[in-house]
Amino acid sequence: MKMHARADHTSETAASWPDDIFALLQRFDVRQVPYVPDAGHSQLIERVLGASSMRAVPLTTEEEGVALLAGAWAGGQRGVLLMQSSGVGNCVNMLSLTQIFRFPFLTLVTMRGEWGEFNPWQVPMGSSTAGVFELSGIKALRASSPDEVREVVEAAAGQAYNACTPTAVLLSQRLIGAKVFTK
Amino acid sequence: MMSKANLLDRRRVVASLLAERKEAIVVGGLGASTYDIAAAGDHDRNLYLWGAMGGAVMIGLGIALAQPKLPVVVITGDGDMLMGMGSLATVGLQKPKNLTIVVLDNEVYGETGGQASHTAATVDLVGVARACGITDARAIATMADIEAFASAMQDVSAGPRFVNIKIDSANLERVLSSRDGSFILTRIRGSLGFGPI
Repeated sequence: MKMHARADHTSETAASWPDDIFALLQRFDVRQVPYVPDAGHSQLIERVLGASSMRAVPLTTEEEGVALLAGAWAGGQRGVLLMQSSGVGNCVNMLSLTQIFRFPFLTLVTMRGEWGEFNPWQVPMGSSTAGVFELSGIKALRASSPDEVREVVEAAAGQAYNACTPTAVLLSQRLIGAKVFTK
Repeated sequence: MMSKANLLDRRRVVASLLAERKEAIVVGGLGASTYDIAAAGDHDRNLYLWGAMGGAVMIGLGIALAQPKLPVVVITGDGDMLMGMGSLATVGLQKPKNLTIVVLDNEVYGETGGQASHTAATVDLVGVARACGITDARAIATMADIEAFASAMQDVSAGPRFVNIKIDSANLERVLSSRDGSFILTRIRGSLGFGPI
């Protein structure tokens, strides 16, 4: 069997866009941050875990986060769901809550399977992620370069929290970088 | 469905749990649990679910984290709990002191023809909850214990707690609550002092 070096892309670069996102979440008074871990979100998750104003809630599956955010809003708090594109498929029925409750739903999705992907198992769900959101009545905005993340997330948070328009931000794999399996 | 002897009546159980609910927020799982809560009396702080199967506990967790000084009670069925079993792991990690999870376990999918659920044969939900880190997890089998538990639910410093109650599987007349999710959520928020956007 061929050996593959395991490289942690995110530890090699300290990008500034995750800190831009964190600052925006603070500005919008986001309090509950459910997540299923993804390498592309690791820097942001670290910031959230270290923030006294935010409650990080690790999930066993992403649909839990949709339900959690509905409850958070019922209790008077805003939240954001962090996940990877494969997790969007796990959410489908629970996304009904965004229409049923008309609560401010925001999710930040790190994309896989679309830019130099090594793992073919990531491609089917990565290819249908935007379509799933569209069919579920959720607006999907995309950020593909580091310098546009701030304004895209700001627009998404604005329409989610101010207009109760359920919104997803797709953070392109081009932005995050393809996961490195081989050197 | 045939009634079994010695099993509790779900309407009596829920009426007893909610008789002295005070400031509590109550989440009802889809199907019969929502009807039971409606039967106990409509309330501004009832969150009736008519769908989102598997999501009742997580909705309760979101409320509990946002309102740590208020008792939050999730009342749901074994089918919903089995679908959202991972949420017990998530609750066990967060340990919200004000959250109570009540499973009305009739061992069947009553809304869909009474097909047997996993709890009829193999699954012990109390064991699952305990293994997920919810140390106060127990089964209750008598109305006297239900009444004692109703008082314990008011304590927002000792949760999370989980209780499984084996109930009679008889299908009772539906008591229909509002099905308008936006109304239900807005009403709860209003009772907490939060307005619309």
